[in-house]
Formats: sequence, structure tokens, C-alpha cells
Amino acid sequence: MSLLTLSDLSVSLRGRDVFRDVSLSIGEGELVGLIGPNGAGKTTLMRAALGLLPFTGTSSLAGLSPSERARQVAWMPQSREIAWPVSVEDVVMLGRMPHMTGRRPSEADRARTEAALDWMELTGMRHRAATRLSGGEQARVLIARALAQDTPLLMADEPVAGLDPAHQISTMQTFGNLAQSGKSVLVSLHDLSLAARQCTRIVMLGEGRVVADGPPAEVLTPERLAHVFHITAWYRDTEDGPIYQPLEVIR
Amino acid sequence: MSRVMIPLGLLVAALMLASLLIGPAGVGAGESLAALIGGDGGPLTLVMREIRLPRMILAVMIGGSLGLAGAAMQGYLRNPLAEPGLIGVSGSAALGAVLAIQTGLAAVFMPVLPLMALAGALGGVTLVMLLAGPRGGSLTLILAGIAVSALAGALTSLVLNLSPNPFAANEIVFWMMGSLADRSLTHVWLALPFMAVGVAILASLGRGLDALTLGEDAAEAMGVRLTRLRLQLVLGTACVVGAGTAVAGAIGFVGLVVPHILRPLVGARPSRLLWASAMGGAAMVLAADIAVRVILPSRDLKLGVLTALVGAPLFLHLILKLRQERI
Repeated sequence: MSLLTLSDLSVSLRGRDVFRDVSLSIGEGELVGLIGPNGAGKTTLMRAALGLLPFTGTSSLAGLSPSERARQVAWMPQSREIAWPVSVEDVVMLGRMPHMTGRRPSEADRARTEAALDWMELTGMRHRAATRLSGGEQARVLIARALAQDTPLLMADEPVAGLDPAHQISTMQTFGNLAQSGKSVLVSLHDLSLAARQCTRIVMLGEGRVVADGPPAEVLTPERLAHVFHITAWYRDTEDGPIYQPLEVIR
Repeated sequence: MSRVMIPLGLLVAALMLASLLIGPAGVGAGESLAALIGGDGGPLTLVMREIRLPRMILAVMIGGSLGLAGAAMQGYLRNPLAEPGLIGVSGSAALGAVLAIQTGLAAVFMPVLPLMALAGALGGVTLVMLLAGPRGGSLTLILAGIAVSALAGALTSLVLNLSPNPFAANEIVFWMMGSLADRSLTHVWLALPFMAVGVAILASLGRGLDALTLGEDAAEAMGVRLTRLRLQLVLGTACVVGAGTAVAGAIGFVGLVVPHILRPLVGARPSRLLWASAMGGAAMVLAADIAVRVILPSRDLKLGVLTALVGAPLFLHLILKLRQERI
């Protein structure tokens, strides 16, 4: 079953085309990495898919009612806002809001919050004010919040930026586990190695369109890296998985 | 939740009782309450029912709704410096009242002043909504509020400036300081419907305000309808601030200081802060209204002056504390 279908999606902001005619579909059990240079439209693509900004074309999520959409997709924006010194546990519990009928969280709400705290290794700091944590810790809290929403699809805008290497890997592995359980995740990221090693599929944005869409090894070719990212990269398929190391900028 | 609400409830109850019992008449507590409840038709019953009871009820209504509106406004704008007056309703309500005094209509028929203030509030909120547009964000709302406040303030000054009658000008200045003295049950009945509607709207915003902790984008993706939330916030605030200003004049700092003080006590959750702040606001206005009767009873100290005198230094202290935390 498709969790997200975009057809001929185009967005213009202030008279400038950000991208045109993007079509893609995400099914169950996928961990999709969205890559592209700065300004390629990764954030805009995800926000348009959610229906948070005006677009032409169709998105299967944008047509849903706000409350129905909140049960289909969780969204972690790039700007990591936590306005008040709310406890970590309370922030993560906010993810249960679309599922809560009464004022009090149910057993299931508590269990899911607990699991999300556990996955992001936050149980030890659950009572601390989220605003007093470091930037990387706040990012983990917000990822846990999105995980607590427990939706078929999770969309996250650069969730691992600013995380230490261990948490970058474990976060991507958490997403991978979600994908193995039949859910799907769409993440934008800049770390090509991480994308190549953890994602089941990569969508490359550039020049206002989808340049390539497919398994990491097929998408991340030297020609495309040169053409879209203006870089050369060292690439080896090792026994520990593929490794990309960007080397030089091509002007 | 109850950890904060029970002490606050007890405090409000004690202050309500004190508000009924403290006054220049200097009658014993038991006697006063007997006169209030029993009602022997004597002068004491008149004092209790016609002077002190409306005053106490108005203090609870106005303080509670200002605290609630302040908490909602701060939650929506995600800014601890926001306050209910920000959307220009108190300024435009004051303009309506000032016009009522200036034209002499207020002296003809008592409810004209609050009714014209309510009309001013309605005009102000309509203008704010037109300026801010149906789909704008929080920034356009702030700008529209500032524009309407400035315009109402300028027009109020113009009325004072051109006032040929020094007595009217004097009355206007004193009215604008805010007071609960000499209010009757008519004032209560005038304000009550608007306040009830406003409080009901504002109290329903808890979930949306909680979600807004994570920013507008995240809240919208969690199913919050931001345009509706903003409309409810503006209408609810306009109802309570408009009605409050209409019957008591401008009472500042309650909606600003009370949510700020109580925020740490409710774990900073905007939804929990709503009711706590309503109780806190009621307590603050009750206490201030008792204080104006005890301090300088012969000089008619104005309630709005006292809340500003207490509120401003308290607020400075909070800013200093915030600065220390940030560094």
C-alpha cells in the first residue's frame, strides 16, 4: 500500500519555481533518503507533500483532514523549536496528541512514549526541561516526539544534523527498524555515507526536479555527484557496506 | 495539576472572603456575612449586597479572565512578554468609554459608558481581524494589534486634547486608571455574558497551545488548525478584555505577570497554565482591590495604578532572573 503519492507536484515561491512536476510514491517498509544541495527544495518538497504550503499537482496526504493526516504522518521540521521549559517526557507525550481522545493519556499512549524515550536514549533525562538540553539532545527529544506519534509514515527534515556519530547511526538504525516493521520513513540528510549505508532508497533533488530515484548504489554515481553536488567522491563497497567520502569541489 | 490548583483555590477563596469583609464601614465579620446572606433590609445589607458583593465578583471575573487571556496569548505567541492588551482591544474599549464621558452621555444613563466601551472593543477587534487577514501568522496579528492600539491611543489623546471641559478631561484621566470602586450588580450583568463566552473559548485552546510549543509547522502537522486557533484566541481575548475594560477601565500587568510567575509551577505546559493563571489573576486583582481600600482609603487610590506599581518591579525582577538563566 502506498503511504505517500505525489504526482506532478510543483511549488513556486515568490514567483520562482522551487521544483516542477515531482512524482514519487513511497510504499510500506521503506527508509527513503532525500538528498540534494542547499536550496534544492528538500524542505519545500516535504512541506508541500504535507499540505503546509500552496502547490499545484496532487499529494495523497495534503487532501486529508488535519486530524486524519496527523494519524497518517508525523513531521519533524528542521527548526528545532521548543518554546517553553517543558519536561522531556511531556514533549515526547505531545506526539500522542492526535491519538488521544480524552484529556488523560491512556496505557497505550504511555507505552508508546516510553518506547520512544527508550529508542532515543532519553529515559535518564525524562524529567529535565527540554530547553536546557544541548542542541543534539533537543534534536533527539524531537525525533522521539515524532516517533511517539506512531504513524505509518514519518517525515523528518535533517533529523541527524548536529547529532554525535553514535546517535546519528543509532537514529538511522531506529528508522531502519521502523521500516523493517512495515512503516516508512522519509528523511532529508547531507551525509552521503549515512544515506548510502542506511537508506533502502535515495531520492536526489536538483535543478528543480527529481534527478534520480532508486537504490543508493544506483543513485550515487560519480557523474551525478559531479553534476548535482559539484563534488568528486571516493567510493568503495566494503564488507562493512558502502563508504562515500566527498573529496574535492568541482567548479 | 492539583498540586498548584488547590493552594491557588484556597488563596482565591480567602481573598474573596477578605474582599467582602474589609471596608471603611468597619463592621464585624459575622455581622457582615449575616447581613449579606440573611438580608434584614438594613443599611448593612445594602452595603454588602450593593457595594462589596459586586466589587468582589468583578475582581474575580476581571482578574481571572485577564490571567487566562494572558496565558493564552503568551502560549500562542510563544513569548513570555505577550499580554492580552497586545491586540489593541483594551485601547479601543478605552476610546469608546472616553467618548462616552466626553460627550456627556455617560452622565445621562449609567450603562452608556460600558456599552460604548464594548462597542469600541468590537470596533477594535474587527479592525485587527481585517488588518491581520484570515490566514496570516502570529507576526501579522502583533503588527495589526500595535497599529490598532496606536490608533486608539492617538484618538483618545485627541479627545483629551480637544476637550473643552476640564471636568470631563479629569474624569477621563481617572477612569483610565482603572478601578472597581462604586460598581454595581448592573456592571456584573453587563460583563458576565461576554466574559463567560470569552472564558469558554480561551479555556478550550489548551491542546493547540501545547502543540504550538514545538512551533507552528509541527503543530499544524499534529492536526491543529492554526487559523481557527488564532481566530478563537482573538475573539476570546476581545470578549474578556473588552468587557473587563468596559466595566473597570484599564487594569494592566495582570495578564503579563501572573502567567509568568505561575509557569514554573505547572511544568511550563501551556494547557495547565491556563486555569492556574486564571486563579492567579483573580487572586492578584482581589488582593490589589483590597490593598487600595486599606492603603490611603481617603485618597481613592486606583486599582490600575496599584497593579502597575506592583507589576512593573515584579516584572523587572523576572526579566533579570531570565537574563541570568540565559547566560
